[in-house]
Amino acid sequence: MGSRLKLFLPLFLFAVLALLLFRGLSLDPMEMPSALIDRPLPAFSLPELASGELLDAAAVAGEVSLLNVWATWCVSCRVEHPYLVSLADSGVRILGLNYKDEDAAALRWLQDLGNPYQFNIADRQGTLALDLGVYGAPETYLLDAEGVVRYRHVGVVDERVWQTVLEPLYSELRAAVAAESP
Amino acid sequence: MRISLGGVLALLITLWSLQALAVIETYEFSDPALEERYHSLSEELRCPKCQNQNIADSNAPISRDLRRLLYEQLESGASDGEILEHMVARYGEFVRYRPRFAGATVILWLTPFILLLAGAAIVALTLRSKGSRGGEHPLSDAERARVDNLLANREGSD
Repeated sequence: MGSRLKLFLPLFLFAVLALLLFRGLSLDPMEMPSALIDRPLPAFSLPELASGELLDAAAVAGEVSLLNVWATWCVSCRVEHPYLVSLADSGVRILGLNYKDEDAAALRWLQDLGNPYQFNIADRQGTLALDLGVYGAPETYLLDAEGVVRYRHVGVVDERVWQTVLEPLYSELRAAVAAESP
Repeated sequence: MRISLGGVLALLITLWSLQALAVIETYEFSDPALEERYHSLSEELRCPKCQNQNIADSNAPISRDLRRLLYEQLESGASDGEILEHMVARYGEFVRYRPRFAGATVILWLTPFILLLAGAAIVALTLRSKGSRGGEHPLSDAERARVDNLLANREGSD
């Protein structure tokens, strides 16, 4: 190798490093795939928030749904709430996992801000959330009709996230269900 | 040296507040060996929320939950392997500071060794090329005569 070429080695290394760092700018280290992807929702037996009726994994299955982990102490949940309400209005089945919250506060929240959830699992101790691998609210899980976790989104669901990430997967799962039961 | 009361107070307050920060919940273990394992495991498990802290250092709610889970599992007699398995099933390989050697973690485990080998190769090549060029050139007769001449001139000019 010519020694003149060797002089360009630092420049080359710099270019590689710059490329890697540039790529790093657009990566979100908080975005981790759920360990439960393509696995059924963990077994649970927890009360419904309003009625107190016991729910289990069978209640969740049946239809492609979003399972939204929320709490009244979670500021970002308040930010995403109006969008969830509009999603529910457009016919998306949304289930709530009320995470380490107080029932009274949660019920007041739903009364004041609207209720996008078909029902809410009251996970007061965070046991189901722990089994799900939740590490902060809000998180939204996309479940297929069998109650199998297909995708997890960490953070606020807004118009952009729904259109670019969740909606395509949601439509795909819906199409699969439609194909199975003509 | 005069020590002011204010200074002493300030020092005490500093020390005291550090103490307060260090207090995270404590667990009573039925066996000191379990406590030992609790400490080593809680240092090996990474907080999923704060990412660059282990669950022993982190005060995030999720870390508190994981410590409680760890405590409960230790008390119920689970082995270290079972506990790690349990955590990984929920939070992925990410939750371990020493992820298992497989698929996605191959690069992580092998890169240091590859870099070390590459470094050794570069050093070897550099040394070899230096050696082949011959570090020492004995002076030819003409060169020696010139050096002698220059030195003689220099001494003469002093």
